Amino acid sequence: MNVTTKDAPAQATRRQDAAGQEMTGAEIVLQALRDNGVEHIFGYPGGAVLPIYDEIFQQDDVQHILVRHEQGAGHAAEGYARSTGKVGVMLVTSGPGATNAVTPLQDALMDSIPLVCITGQVPTTLIGSDAFQECDTVGITRPCTKHNWLVKDVNELAKVLHEAFRIAKTGRPGPVVVDIPKDVQFAKGTYHAPSPVIEQKSYKPRIQGDLNQIKAAIELMASAKKPMLYTGGGVVNSGPEASHLLRELVKLTNFPITSTLMGLGSYPASGENWMGMLGMHGTYEANMAMHDCDVMVCVGARFDDRITGRLDAFAPNSKKIHIDIDPSSINKNVHVDIPILGDVGLVLEDMVRLWRASSKKNDPEAMKSWWTQITKWRARNSLAYKPNSDVIMPQYAVQRLYELTKSHDTYITTEVGQHQMWAAQFYGFEKPNRWMTSGGLGTMGYGLPAALGVQIAHPDALVIDIAGDASVLMTMQEMSCAVQYNAPIKIFILNNQYMGMVRQWQQLLHGNRLSNSYTEALPDFVKLAEAYGGVGIRAEKPAELDDKIQEMIDVKRPVIFDCRVANLANCFPMIPSGKPHNEMLLPDEATDEAVANAISAEGRSLV
Amino acid sequence: MNAQQQPTGSAYFIQKETEAVETHTLSVLVDNEPGVLARVIGLFSGRGYNIESLTVSETEHEAHLSRITIVTRGTPHVLEQIKSQLERIVPVHGVRDLTVRARELGHDKPLERELALLKVRGREQDRMEALRLADAFRARVIDANIEHFIFEITGRVSKIEQFIAIMRPLGLMEVCRTGIAAMNRGLDD
Repeated sequence: MNVTTKDAPAQATRRQDAAGQEMTGAEIVLQALRDNGVEHIFGYPGGAVLPIYDEIFQQDDVQHILVRHEQGAGHAAEGYARSTGKVGVMLVTSGPGATNAVTPLQDALMDSIPLVCITGQVPTTLIGSDAFQECDTVGITRPCTKHNWLVKDVNELAKVLHEAFRIAKTGRPGPVVVDIPKDVQFAKGTYHAPSPVIEQKSYKPRIQGDLNQIKAAIELMASAKKPMLYTGGGVVNSGPEASHLLRELVKLTNFPITSTLMGLGSYPASGENWMGMLGMHGTYEANMAMHDCDVMVCVGARFDDRITGRLDAFAPNSKKIHIDIDPSSINKNVHVDIPILGDVGLVLEDMVRLWRASSKKNDPEAMKSWWTQITKWRARNSLAYKPNSDVIMPQYAVQRLYELTKSHDTYITTEVGQHQMWAAQFYGFEKPNRWMTSGGLGTMGYGLPAALGVQIAHPDALVIDIAGDASVLMTMQEMSCAVQYNAPIKIFILNNQYMGMVRQWQQLLHGNRLSNSYTEALPDFVKLAEAYGGVGIRAEKPAELDDKIQEMIDVKRPVIFDCRVANLANCFPMIPSGKPHNEMLLPDEATDEAVANAISAEGRSLV
Repeated sequence: MNAQQQPTGSAYFIQKETEAVETHTLSVLVDNEPGVLARVIGLFSGRGYNIESLTVSETEHEAHLSRITIVTRGTPHVLEQIKSQLERIVPVHGVRDLTVRARELGHDKPLERELALLKVRGREQDRMEALRLADAFRARVIDANIEHFIFEITGRVSKIEQFIAIMRPLGLMEVCRTGIAAMNRGLDD
């Protein structure tokens, strides 16, 4: 793989040279990518982007990764962005190229991933004529982007592209689309370098928190008898420094800490104050502590319905502090007492400083009894499962995978479903940016292309997609891309032949009528891997699992690992729909009868 | 305690909204660029908010600014969300809740005016009656022939609605309304 970092002076000179020059729209695109520090883009050519592809052919600063479907390009760019903190870039053609990009765009919007998607469009003269491969790209992508543009004037192109990068990565990050008609790609215009002075008047995200609010928060935190830190993806988005400050804050305050799915890794799973993930499939201790806490500090999370459960019984006796960069997240689902608008990292910096300076500290007796209570909840061991020596339990598979890969430079992606929850529960994340998963949108098929994107950014790392047999087939074609670019991703399939989470809900809600959740004709994943030119490995017995995983790690080629797991295992603990945090369904209580009756008639209509 | 804060549309929405629904007038200053109205309207339809009236026009040509005036209904919590969500839209410069500001200034609501055109076909007595009532409502006749009048009326929404109701039995054929233009009293921006 050609992954070289450009030397800065050379780039600066080039930028100087480029500014003010006459060039074609396609040349402007490439120059703007260079000037925004882009080294890799994921894409798929087509009629309306051929001029840009022609430019790509004639340079080697920006490496293009050819995917097999535009959805794959989007998820790969998401994985790339999430694992590096940089903006992910995708390039697709008009019409079907753009519509195929919609899923990853919405995925990136919901999980706040910075993404720039460049789409080709039919020539301006043909727009609106139902031309071949025409679609209203800006219309279709308007609700699934942070912002989008149709560029009709080549002289606007450079400015729009620079603005696209700025909007994608600043404030609450998100996806943007720049739609470029083919005639604009051919037309000649003037290139402008990115402006150090921001001209835009309307878009000004606030990043520094209000000091008085932060002081009030510190005051409230110090008075807490049962405090709780609830963190989310915002900590990861804010950058490594935010995670560092979060750890510092936990050390100073000794508060227990939990996290959403998106925030895993910002506090280490091996940390003493770590309670595990919270929410629908969170741990007993995390959910009970959330329910009983008296002061909740929400850091870069958004009170999603997977987290809160029944809203009117969500942490009913707590005062809430909410740090978020997006004003619309404040008081959206849950009323908070002290909102702090700003970038998580900057606010945490103030918090740590003010906490250090403040003489007021939590009542030690109260903290002691809070931790005693937490220890009792922890002892409930809510992630326990019945070990089995004949079949591989999916939880066991993730545990072994963790044990055998934790000493490596490992990145984990997932698809969506039971395997995703087991990965979140049993894989210990020590650092941020190591965990790529589709949280908000819940996109099956995210993990394989995301792993590809991560591997392109980190060629020497061990990148594993913990997958389900159903999800992985949705974007399986990207295996071909992985082979083409020698990206040695490992697709670790927890194969139970079911859409496990769909089946689990059918058991919970629909009288165990397993309508269309069983895959009658799965491919032979080992042969499939070989057909793509990768390596296939299968494990069927617990006794052989470790050796097979080791074999997978040692192979420096793309691997599909068919891990045959207990078919009917379900994912617990679980807060059934419509129930509060303190009414969890725990694994040892989840008998067939309890499962069948767990959700009331009211809860049935919920998702 | 969060019961009142539940938005409709949450997957976990169980209890009914208990807050009273209010009507507010929002003034949204936006860049006058293609698609900006679609972004605003799309937000309302996508998130299930109401639009009772919407008026939009360029207001500052040099600065490329347009003002969108929206009358919407919702609980105070939903109205707050609408404001925050509008402010997330990149070409939106700012959102002012004119109703909230009017209350702060000690008024019931902001100054609101609407313009309507009414085409009325009448004969003999009805024709005379229509003219007489139009005069009472300070509506102007902007076109007339022997078969019909076109009236132009400006005023509060309630006045316009009343005028329309009165004209209906007198041969009202067609109504066209502009939607509300609104502004607060006082010097503050």
